[in-house]
Parts: sequence; C-alpha cells; structure tokens
Amino acid sequence: MKADPRGVLAGVHFLDGDQACAEGALAAGCRFAAGYPITPSTEIVERFAQRVPLLGGMFLQMEDELAASIAIQGAVWAGAKAFTVTSGPGFSLMMEHIGYAAMTETPCVIVDVQRGGPSTGLPTLPAQGDMQQARWGSHGDYEIIALAPNSPQECFDLTIEAFNLAEQYRTPVLVMMDEIVGHMTERVVIPPADQIEIVPRRYTTKPPADYRPFAPEADLVPAMARAGQGYRFHITGLTHDERGYPTTNVAAHDRLVRRLVAKIRNDATRLTRVEEHFLEDAEVIVLAYGITSRVALRAVQMARARGIAAGLLRPILIWPFPEARLRQLASRAGLSGILVAEINLGQIVREVERCVGGRVPVRLAGHAGGSVHHPQELFETIVEMAQAVEIER
Amino acid sequence: MSTEVYLPPNPVEALLRTDRMPHIWCPGCGIGTTMNCFARALQQARLDLDKVVIVSGIGCSGRVAGYANLDSFHTTHGRAIPFATGLKLANPELTVVVYSGDGDLIAIGGNHFIHAARRNVDLKVICVNNFIYGMTGGQVGPTTPATALTSTTPYGCPEQPFNLPYLAESAGAVYVARWTAYHVRQITHSMVEMFRKRGFCFLEILSPCPTLYQRRNRLGDGLEAMKYYKEASVTRHGAPTKEVAISFQGPILVGKFVDIERPTYLELLNQQLARTLEAQYTGCIEDHVRS
Amino acid sequence: MHSEAKPAEGAAEATTSTRSRRPRGTIVLKPERCKGCGFCIAFCPPKVLAFSAEFNALGYHPPELIRPEGCTGCDLCGLYCPDFAIYGVMLKDSTTPPADAARAEETT
Ligand SMILES: Cc1ncc(C[n+]2csc(CCOP(=O)(O)OP(=O)(O)O)c2C)c(N)n1
Ligand code: SF4
Ligand code: SF4
Ligand code: SF4
Repeated sequence: MKADPRGVLAGVHFLDGDQACAEGALAAGCRFAAGYPITPSTEIVERFAQRVPLLGGMFLQMEDELAASIAIQGAVWAGAKAFTVTSGPGFSLMMEHIGYAAMTETPCVIVDVQRGGPSTGLPTLPAQGDMQQARWGSHGDYEIIALAPNSPQECFDLTIEAFNLAEQYRTPVLVMMDEIVGHMTERVVIPPADQIEIVPRRYTTKPPADYRPFAPEADLVPAMARAGQGYRFHITGLTHDERGYPTTNVAAHDRLVRRLVAKIRNDATRLTRVEEHFLEDAEVIVLAYGITSRVALRAVQMARARGIAAGLLRPILIWPFPEARLRQLASRAGLSGILVAEINLGQIVREVERCVGGRVPVRLAGHAGGSVHHPQELFETIVEMAQAVEIER
Repeated sequence: MSTEVYLPPNPVEALLRTDRMPHIWCPGCGIGTTMNCFARALQQARLDLDKVVIVSGIGCSGRVAGYANLDSFHTTHGRAIPFATGLKLANPELTVVVYSGDGDLIAIGGNHFIHAARRNVDLKVICVNNFIYGMTGGQVGPTTPATALTSTTPYGCPEQPFNLPYLAESAGAVYVARWTAYHVRQITHSMVEMFRKRGFCFLEILSPCPTLYQRRNRLGDGLEAMKYYKEASVTRHGAPTKEVAISFQGPILVGKFVDIERPTYLELLNQQLARTLEAQYTGCIEDHVRS
Repeated sequence: MHSEAKPAEGAAEATTSTRSRRPRGTIVLKPERCKGCGFCIAFCPPKVLAFSAEFNALGYHPPELIRPEGCTGCDLCGLYCPDFAIYGVMLKDSTTPPADAARAEETT
C-alpha cells in the first residue's frame, strides 16, 4: 500500500531530526499521538500537534508518560496508527506499556531521543545510554525491534520503517535517536507518497464467529480486529490462550511467550539492516550506531589515510542485533579487533562480545554522555589496536 | 393440559462470556451483583453492544472486562482511563465504559482519573469500592476507612480516605452518583443515565469483600455487608459531595450528587480547531480511523 | 421453579409448562453456579426463597422457591445474584416469545 498523500510533505527540506521524525510519522499514516513534554524529544510532538489537525488527526498531551504510552494503544485498538515520543526519564516510565504492547501484540511506535542519564541526568545533551533498556527494560521475556537513525533523513525514513515493522510483526517498535540527531538540521528529502511503501494493519478477514484473536498465521503473527466491529474480543496483559482468555497453564504460557519472541527472532537475519564501510579487508572493525557512527566513519577514514585497514559496521536496526553478520565478520582471517564506540559505559559492546565469543579482542570506546566522541580519540584507539597486533606478530 | 410458556433468558447472559463461568469471585463478593445491573442497564439503554467497549485495570474488579462479552480490554494496573481515553478519542462512536476497583482507579490511577475528569473525556467510569485491595490479599487502599484493619495496617488504618464523589466533582465530572451493591435498581438506573449522558461520568458502588475486608474487620460475610449497606444508607440526591465522606461502619450517603452539562474534550477540541483553522479543518480522527 | 442439573443454554431453559396455580412469576436457576451467599433469599421482597437441602458440585446449597405462588417475578434475585445463578421472570409477559427472542438467545 502507498502512503496517503495528505500526510506526505514531498520535497526537499531542511529539518532537524525531531521535525523529520514527526514528518515520518505523518507520512506513515500516523494520526494519533500522545505524549508528555521532555527535552530533547518535545519538538517531535510540537510539530505533530501543529500538522496533524489538518490531516484529521490529533495530538493529546497526557498527564505523564505512563498515560501517553497506554493512550496510544487505546487509539490503536480503535483503528488508528499511533506513536509517542520521549527521552530517558519518560522512557523509564513507558517500560510497563512496552511490555503491555508486546504481550497484547499492539502495533505502535515509541521514539526515545536519548540524553545523558541516569535519572534526570543531562537533559540537553546526548547519550546512548538507553540501548540495553530498550532491549530488556520491561519485565519478562520478549523480543523487541529498535532502529537507530544517524541523520535527520534517517529520522524520517526509519520512523516510517518503524511503523511498517510494527504493523508487520504486531509489536512495539522503538526509534532510538539521541539529542544530537534530534537537534541537528540537515537536508531531508521526502519522496512523493506513491514512492512510500506503507504496511497496512493486518486485520482479520474472518467473520466474528470464526475469529480467534491470538491464533497465529504462518509467520506467527495473528491477525487483528478493532473495537466496535462486532468481534467482541478480549485483550489482556495476562498470559492468554488463542481466544485471548487468561490462563495460568504453564504450557500455554510457554507457547505464548515463545511465539512472541520467535515471531521476531526467527526473522532476525531478514530484519538485519547495516551500513558497511571498508569491511572487505578490515583489520580493525569499528562498530558504531546513531550519531556515533558519523564520528566513527571519520576516524575510520583517518586511519585509512594512514594506511591502516579500518572499517565501519553500523547497525541501522539495532535490535534484534545483527548477530549473523557480525559473526561472519569476526571469523574472518586477518581481523585484529573490534572497537565499539558508543556514548555509554558499555552496552552494545556486551552484545558484540557475546556474538564474537572471544574469537577476536573487543574494545570499548565509551563515555558517560554529554558529547559525542572526538574522531581523533577513536582514530588513536584504532591505531593502537592495529599496532598491538603488529607487535604480537 | 399443558401449554408452553416462554421464559426469556437471564438478561446478564447476553453480557457474559458464558464459556468463562464460573468466575473467580468469592462467595458473597459484590462485583458480580454490579455486573447484573450493568447488563440490565445496557439492555434498558438499548445500546448496540457491538459499539460498547469495556476497559478495566487490574484487580478483582478489573476482571469484569474479561467476563463481559463485549470488546474488552484488561489493561495494566491503574491505566484503564488513559487507555480508554485513546480508544474513545480515536473512535468517538464507541461507548467506552471503564470498570475497575478503587485502588486501581484512585491510587495508582488517581492522576489519570482527575485529568480525564478535568478534560471531560466522554467515559463512563464505574468504580467498585470494596474499601480494600482485594486481588493482592487485603492491603490498605485509598478508600479504606480510618481505623479499619487491613493486612498492611494491622493496627488500624491511620489515614484519611478519599471521598470519591467529592474528588470526582472537584476534578470536573459531569455526573457523579454513589450506591451500594444493595441498591441494585438504583445502580441500574444510574448506569442508564450515564450511558445517555456525554462527558466524564462517575459511579461509585460500595461492594462487599467478605474474604478480606469483612473478615479481617469481623464484619461478617457478604450478606452482613449488604445488610449494613441497607441499614446505613441514606439517599440524598444532590447532597453536596463534600458532605458524603464515609467513616468506618458509619452512615452512607447515597444518591445522584452531580448531573451537570459541560462540553466534552472532543467537542471543545473540534470547536477550537474549527474556530482557529476555519476551512482548513475537516474534522477529527474519526473518518481516518474508519477508512 | 425451573432448575437444571447441567449447564444449559438458550432454548432448553426457555420453555417449560405452566402450573395450575398460576403464580405471577417464577425463577430460573442454574444451581451449579450458586455459591450460597444468600442475597437472593434475604432480599426477595415476598420472601419466597430458602436454601434447599441439596448440595451442588461446589458444595453449596442453592436456593429453592418454597412458596411458588408468592413469586412476583420481580427479578430482584436476578439483580442480586453475584454468580448469575438465578433470575426472576414475570409470567404474564412471557406466554409467547417476543419477536426478538431468537436474537436474544443467540447472544447468550
Ligand atoms: C504496577 C502494579 N503494581 C501492583 C500490582 C498488584 N496489584 C494487583 S491488583 C492490585 C490492587 C487492586 O485493588 P483494587 O483496585 O481496589 O481492586 P480489587 O481487587 O479490590 O477489586 C494490586 C496492587 C500490579 N498488578 N501492577
Ligand atoms: S477478594 Fe474480595 S473483592 Fe476479591 S473476589 Fe474475593 S470478595 Fe471479591
Ligand atoms: S423474582 Fe422476585 S419474588 Fe420471585 S423469587 Fe426472585 S426476588 Fe423473589
Ligand atoms: S444469590 Fe445466587 S449465589 Fe447467592 S444464594 Fe442466591 S442463587 Fe446462590
């Protein structure tokens, strides 16, 4: 299905990442947002609130993020596409409803424009400290999809992608921005509506009598119904059977949770979206995402200019982690190490270590937030890693 | 000679997911009684049940959604109201009923409650008030009368409870009534009135929790509680809500306290947008959702 | 009084034969659902209900009509019963199924 042209501001624009994200949501067909103001994410809903009434939708400022993150789910079950946006402190409050959306298979999008934490931290400065919270923040087992844009253009593109993945997998999808990406202004090309592919909601075609709300289709995703259409369905965050009825049966619980995980995990390789630079012969691979990937690319180019075979691996879709691709790269001869650059004290690096399994040294270039890395600093680490190998040889 | 007589089915059956009976509620628990009233009210109001949605939070009372044969949502603890807000605003043709417990709606969900009332979101909020946290085993709640025993106030509750009608009215509810599970006809009547009214409507129903509240306070079983409601209740329609606070085993003022007109959130939003945007404004989300 | 030994839906509970005394109302019971709270008995205005001697599968004594001729079919028992085990019907209205009876049963 193509995008509704009313929501698509086709043309070339200069937008910051927050504004581009709002345009992405509108282009994706989102007509309902609920939120609670928090720096540095608020500009997204400010723009949305300005634009959406002209498109027959609404923005609702709720009393807190708990409310915002569940109000959007009410709107989804009424038939709307909906999202909410926040930053660290609000993201923490939304964990409850990320779990609810995962359990009830409610397609929705949550944008986290990361700032320095913990707690109120550095409200106006960047960080990437919510990456493991994005993966594991709500209690219990579930799998999540998260995207990590590194430019205003990607804030637009990946927000659309997030809505599409949410519909396809009936799951909450996270867009993990950061303060710099949110506030930097760049050229953003918004294509015409007929070039934007939209995944429509997977509504059941069955009559109410034959409909089982949580009976999965071949790809493990069940078809949805919406309120008010006579299906008389029941939705609960309790463990439920295919009818949607609560159950405390351990086998039923296992079946449900495994399916919730498998519908995404089984597709991890298909979902993988990475950007690669100079990896063919790389001795040192820098893995970086979001804003850090731009600094990292600069450092890799500096290394290349000095004759060091450095390369960049940038996960665009960060959860599920591009495990298969990283394993492939890590098992290659001639690789001397992987440098993970991220604005935290070691989050995605743990995932890298897990995937690599000790085959090559993994090093972290991390700091606690407030600024981006300096390319020089990353460059020096790359040189060190390359030299260490020279010495060993 | 014998002629066939037709006996119409129990009105509540149309509302029940009969394949989920028997329910989990204890003998003498009043929650089921309120559901009978709900079923009859839906029938009397002649609502199209396909367009009625019920939203609950978590708790014994929160299980109502799971037993109601409607589009039903058992949400998270305290969040039934914001969920219902999103649902109602995204599809205004739905009648959205929030049915939950006092702890759920007023403790963990208290902030949502006052804000939805302030905005006058068109929700019918039914609060089953059993003075205690039932589902978790009888802890103190925001409505527990001072001095009452609960598992977490084993020496008596030192706190002053919320006077729910006063809270609802102060926050902006357009319809506020209180009954007890004894007042089945009155509950039904109030529910019908709520279905016919637009805006944030609040109905408090005092209801026995024999297993926890009554037992710990040595107040007998469910029937004893119902008899207390019968004897202690005084109907005073239009009573100032400030005066309807409840004390431990004290008198209970019941009745319809508030019934006023005030534009709903959606009406105000539409007005505001139409006034400001003029011809550019083509209406709210409704059409989009239905397309 | 009409009681069923097993859960029954729709038509099975919907028809029965009149009795000679022509009471004004009667009750329909699903005894297996009763949890013996006594609400129906205590609040029946003409006091025509009492606990029966029988036990149901849950171990409770469901109520029975002890004075069938006194039942008015007011359905207060139906409104009170927290377990949806009993309800009252006025017989005067019920000698012929209403036009939408079939539909009403469908939705049960
Ligand atoms: C976030 C969260 N905190 C706590 C609980 C545990 N919990 C379940 S029900 C409940 C209280 C319910 O009390 P009330 O709303 O009065 O309903 P009742 O059971 O009395 O009908 C609590 C605290 C929970 N489910 N979720
Ligand atoms: S614990 Fe109390 S409120 Fe919960 S079902 Fe039992 S009697 Fe009812
Ligand atoms: S229908 Fe009325 S009179 Fe008959 S048993 Fe029930 S409460 Fe009593
Ligand atoms: S009210 Fe219902 S559960 Fe209670 S005694 Fe009567 S039939 Fe049984």
